Amino acid sequence: MADEALFLLLHNEMVAGLYRAAEQGEGENGRCTTKLESMGFRVGQGLIERFTKDTARFKDELDIMKFICKDFWTTVFKKQIDNLRTNHQGIYVLQDNKFRLLTQISAGKQYLEHAPKYLAFTCGLIRGGLSNLGIKSIVTAEVSSMPACK
Amino acid sequence: VLLRVICSPPQNYPLYIRSIPTENELKFHYTVHTSLDVVDEKISAMGKALVDQRELYLGLLYPTEDYKVYGYVTNSKVKFVMVVDSSNTALRDNEIRSMFRKLHNSYTDIMCNPFYNPGDRIQSRAFDNMVNSMMVQVC
Repeated sequence: MADEALFLLLHNEMVAGLYRAAEQGEGENGRCTTKLESMGFRVGQGLIERFTKDTARFKDELDIMKFICKDFWTTVFKKQIDNLRTNHQGIYVLQDNKFRLLTQISAGKQYLEHAPKYLAFTCGLIRGGLSNLGIKSIVTAEVSSMPACK
Repeated sequence: VLLRVICSPPQNYPLYIRSIPTENELKFHYTVHTSLDVVDEKISAMGKALVDQRELYLGLLYPTEDYKVYGYVTNSKVKFVMVVDSSNTALRDNEIRSMFRKLHNSYTDIMCNPFYNPGDRIQSRAFDNMVNSMMVQVC
């Protein structure tokens, strides 16, 4: 399981590094999240290309969302999404009760305000994957109590 | 005689074109462009019928010469089009399919290259080599 730890540590360092650079350089806090998200976007595009190489064609949006919840999430985070809800009008809520990137940080409300930084990359990942499959989307994340997140 | 073109959605401009021999390129461009329409038709008409992602069709008999045009669409809506001389009857279905798979694999590798921006023309040497070897195999 060494490869999981590698990515976790790299990701944490990425977030920390970006914010440190921002403090010394421009002092622009909002841009760090955007940078992280765009990184995730490009990575998502490449990943999706690799994963959908051998799968059958997707019939509709719901199919694509299910693919993201099961195969994609399993390959990236080694587990599936715990809950998927939709209002059938274009809004999907994915709930993960033990989000891999957050489990090491805390199991309660301690660092709640720092959580969004760690979710930006994953939001970009999903957005990039969806855009390559032909879906324009906006991905947001919210954390009510670690390590669960929506 | 072979031409290979990859087009990206939704703008449908070609990312990569290669043909042997290299004259008559304009004719090939035109052929490929018109075949894109047929490809789009097939995708939208498929619906629940076909689950497989490969698509193969014979068509576009040109007035003076015969060409067979094959198409292949990935899940990320990237279309590959191959134009083959009809006199080359040695090419079988399996071979065409395996050629498309190789193309798809190389395209995936290009996508994962961090120095490549999706939407640019493809300029990778590995890709060129792969395409060259495929075309040499056929001719």
